[in-house]
This record gives sequence, C-alpha cells and structure tokens, in this order.
Amino acid sequence: MTDVLAQLPPDPLLERRRLVQSIATKTQRRRAVRSSLFIGLLSACLAMAIVPLFFVIYALIVRGGHVLTWVFITKVPVQPTLFEQDQIGGIGNAILGSLVVDLVAALIAVPLGVILGLYLSETETRWANGLRRAAEIMTGLPSILLGIFAYIYIVTTMQSFSGFAASIALAMLMTPVITKAAETALRSVPRTLTEAGLALGARQSKVSLRVVLPVATPGIITGVLLALARAIGETAPLLFVIGASINYEWNPFHQMAALPMMTFTYSSAAYDSQHAAAWGIGLMLVIIVLVLNASARLIAAFMRRERH
Amino acid sequence: MSQEPTTTQTGSGIEAVALLPEPAMRLRDVSVAFSGRMAVRNVTFDVAANKVTSMIGPSGSGKTTLLRSLNRLHDLTKGAVVKGEIQLGDIDVYGNELPTTLLRSRIGMVFQRPNPFPTMSIYDNVVSGLRFNGIKKKSILDEAAESALISAALWDSVKDRMKAHASTLSGGEQQRLCIARALAVEPEVLLMDEPTSSLDPVSTQRIEELMVELKNRVTIIIVTHNMQQAARVSDDCAFLLMAEDRAGELIEFAPTTKIFNNPSDSRTLDYIQGRFG
Ligand SMILES: Nc1ncnc2c1ncn2[C@@H]1O[C@H](COP(=O)(O)OP(=O)(O)OP(=O)(O)O)[C@@H](O)[C@H]1O
Ligand SMILES: [Mg+2]
Repeated sequence: MTDVLAQLPPDPLLERRRLVQSIATKTQRRRAVRSSLFIGLLSACLAMAIVPLFFVIYALIVRGGHVLTWVFITKVPVQPTLFEQDQIGGIGNAILGSLVVDLVAALIAVPLGVILGLYLSETETRWANGLRRAAEIMTGLPSILLGIFAYIYIVTTMQSFSGFAASIALAMLMTPVITKAAETALRSVPRTLTEAGLALGARQSKVSLRVVLPVATPGIITGVLLALARAIGETAPLLFVIGASINYEWNPFHQMAALPMMTFTYSSAAYDSQHAAAWGIGLMLVIIVLVLNASARLIAAFMRRERH
Repeated sequence: MSQEPTTTQTGSGIEAVALLPEPAMRLRDVSVAFSGRMAVRNVTFDVAANKVTSMIGPSGSGKTTLLRSLNRLHDLTKGAVVKGEIQLGDIDVYGNELPTTLLRSRIGMVFQRPNPFPTMSIYDNVVSGLRFNGIKKKSILDEAAESALISAALWDSVKDRMKAHASTLSGGEQQRLCIARALAVEPEVLLMDEPTSSLDPVSTQRIEELMVELKNRVTIIIVTHNMQQAARVSDDCAFLLMAEDRAGELIEFAPTTKIFNNPSDSRTLDYIQGRFG
C-alpha cells in the first residue's frame, strides 16, 4: 500500500505545505528570541522616559510634600521676616488666579479651536492647508513669544497688567493644540454618518453640529484637557503680563497671582520657607497635570462606553 | 407647475402618494465620471412609481455610483461629474428649481452598512431627518416616529426603550432603524444600496418583506448582489455591466420576470446563470 503511494508523483501543494511547516518550525526559536529582545529594548526605552518623571515626583514629594497643608492651600501669602522666617501664609490667591486665568483662556481657546478644527476637517483648500501649517508652527513657538505678544497688544493698549492678558497668551498656546485634536477627532468620524445626515436633507452645517461633532466629542475633550494641562504649568507667557497680587482676586482685568509665577518668585526668594513653598507648588502643579490627564482618559473612555 | 399632491397632512397620506404621475424618476443618458474617469455611461431608464426597481450587475459596474447620483450624493466628492438628465417627477434633480436639501428630503437613502447616529437615542435617530428639516413640534415627531417604526417592523421591539442608544440594537434592527429614519421624512423615493448585505438571513427576509409592504408608500430603488432577492422583491430590473474601459453601462432594463426568464441580451442570461461577475 505505502509502496503504491510512494510511486505516485509528488503533489506540489503538499510539498509546499511541508516546506512551509518545516521552515516555520526551524525558525520558530530564533523568531521568539528576536521578539523578546525587541520587547526588552522597548521596555528599556519606556523606562528611560518614565524614570525621570518618577525622580521629579519623588524630589517634589520629599522637599515640598510637607508644605501642602489646608492652611497653605487656602490662605494668602505672608512675607517671612528675619524673626519669623517660617511664616509663609498660603497660595490661595495663586490657586484662584490660575483657575480664573486658565478658565478665561479655555473660554476663548475651546470655541476657537473647535471651530477651526471643524473648518480644517471639512475643507482641503490652500487656505485650510496654510492654516493647518500655521497652527503647527504655533505649537512649536517658544511660549515666551506669546507672553511678549500679549504684552505688546494687550498690556500696552489696556495700560495695565492683567489676568486677562495672561489668558490671551495662554489661549494662543491652547488654540492650536485644541484645533489639531479637534481636527483629528472630527476626521475620524465615519464618512457614512455625514452622508446619512445629508441624505435626510440636512444642511452640511447641521450635520457637522448634530452628527459629526457629538461623535467626536470624547476626542475633543481629551484634547482640551491636555491643552489645559499644558497651559496651567506655563510661566513664560505670564511673565510680562499678569502682574502680581497677594489677595484673592476674582476680576481678570486686574493683576493676578498664578501658581507657576509663584513657584518662579519663591524659588529665587530669600528664605528657606519660600524655597520649600516653591517645591510644594511644583508638586501641586504635577498633581493637577496628572489629574487632568487621568480625567481626559476617563471621560473619553466613559463617553465611548456610554454609547455601546 | 401642475398641482399633483405629494404628501398631505390629512388622512394617512397613502392615497395621496398613489396619485403621483408615473414614472417617479426618469434617467436620460446619465453618466458619472470621477476625475475624468468614466464610472457610469449613458444610462437611460424610467423608475415606475410605487414599484421596486432593482439594479444588478458585477462588482464595479457602477451600481452604487448610479444610485448615489440620484440624490446628488456625489456633490460632496471632489472631481465627480454627473452628466445627463435625472428627473424626480417633473423636477430636474440637477437643476436649481429645488434646493439640494429639499430634494434629498424627498429621496431617502439606506446604506450598505447600518449607520444609525451613534450618539443619538433610537427615538432621536428616527426623528432626526424631521428635525434637520426644521420640524420641532413634539406631537408631529412622536406620530412620525411611531408610524415609521411600525412601517419598518421595529415598533414592537423598541417602543419601550426609545431612549436607549441606537447602538444597543442588533445589526438587523439597526438597519431597520435606518429604514425608519429614512421613512420618517416621508420620501417619495427610497434608495437602498445592498441594504441586507451585512445581515443574517432572518433580518434579510424581514427587510425583503418590508420592501414589498412599503411599495404603496414609496418608490424603491434597490442595488443588490443577491439574484434571488432581486427576483423576489423587484418589479423592474436594470442590469449593468462594465464596458471595455470599465465604465458601467446599462445592458438591459425590463420587468424582473422578463430579465430572469427571458432576457433579450445574452450577457444578461450569462450573468443571471452565474457565468461571470
Ligand atoms: N469616489 C470615487 N472616486 C473614484 N472612483 C470611484 C469612486 N466611487 C466609485 N468609483 C469607481 O467607480 C466604479 C464603480 O464603482 P461602484 O461602487 O459604483 O460599483 P458597484 O457596482 O457598486 O460595485 P459593488 O457591487 O462592488 O458595490 C469603480 O471602478 C470604482 O472604483
Ligand atoms: Mg456598490
């Protein structure tokens, strides 16, 4: 019986199958080793990226952790004296200042960024390409230039330092980031939804607002929170424009305090207590950024799950 | 303008639609090109009112392209050019008597894959077309939603969860939701591009039954790869085939029974017997 089979001409399909299987078996070990080497390399790179972050957070906790008390967070600053070197008061004014300044910046940057994102996602003209390029350049600009811009055009025209001028500088920082995020999120909305809307007799603008925008919202929110996280820690745009305040200041058209400004001033101040406070504020900024990042992810994940 | 009634507020509206003059749509020498490359060439046929017209043909023969030229969906595609004459009743589809938005509200469309609006509830999906067209009154929306869902054979399974997200429905239910969404605007013509190609046999059968029931309400034009489906549901049938230059041409247009039993063109017979395509 076997003799008969052996005499048959070889089946090319079977031959090829045997060949593929034998080569796959021979190389399987080598491929497995190569793959784990690659994973090892990737992990090392990841570690190199993450380790500095942990060192920074560790240093901040060691040097600034003890400063973060309820009093520190809620009271306004007090100037230490030679006899009471440890009196430092709090940073409530800076927390409020940052909150107001960033909120106003977001109120300007979010609608602007979303509208620009909508425009860019729906047009392919020269204009749109120019705008996209401009936005990319804006994200790469040293942020101090935005501060100088706000100084020249806002502070000198309004003839006063103000939280508002700082908001404008930060809005310019945030807008291109939001624009990019919005464009990406809007472009990833399936084309067939737009077509379904138009086929029902809707205007393009209505389809954009009622159909496309809601689907893209999680992505846009993520972009907004990441832009906020970036803005909240920026010192350079505020430097020449925000002025200073040691009181709770709600009015954005007055001079204000802000967290990064406070770190900046305290770190070059005279007393040890002020240096510690600078570390404390640094720690607080890191916490805020981490919280914003985490909420960006959570909100996006939640909204995506909501509709499945 | 002659005063043919389209849809009236009184009664069920069904009798009024039946009065529409035949044909519902008229295609004369319709050609479609993308960036200079012909995809459909010189197609001419009439779509009879309150009938189901099917379009069959091998992949790439321009069925989708032709279907989408009927509601001007190519307007969005850069480089797409539609030539020839397309009429809805006595309105020139590509003329400017009727704004495109109004035209599209009179020619509904169901797509190959179910595409309900994912952020909207079942109810909002059904009435979305009405809202897009400026209708806000709750009582009108409620009534239209119920009527459209009943017509789409979906009412009983969703009437208790109208607020649920559309994505909680099965694929077949989602497609019927899309049919309801199109019907709610009370279009005169309903375009369907392989509406059952992503569905299971049971959902497919329900949608086929639906098409036959919907006939007295709308004129249906359906693209399908499924011969049996074309034979089962359609009254007239258009067979398209690519020419040498791969542009789709109309080979034969005739009553479905003729196409399937006694086609005039040998290529039609070949295709129907599965000899190519
Ligand atoms: N937007 C477009 N841009 C360029 N070419 C297109 C576009 N849409 C369709 N075509 C071309 O037009 C021709 C016909 O395509 P169409 O989708 O109409 O075929 P079809 O008959 O619907 O095929 P199928 O049965 O596979 O759906 C194809 O050659 C296709 O590549
Ligand atoms: Mg197709």
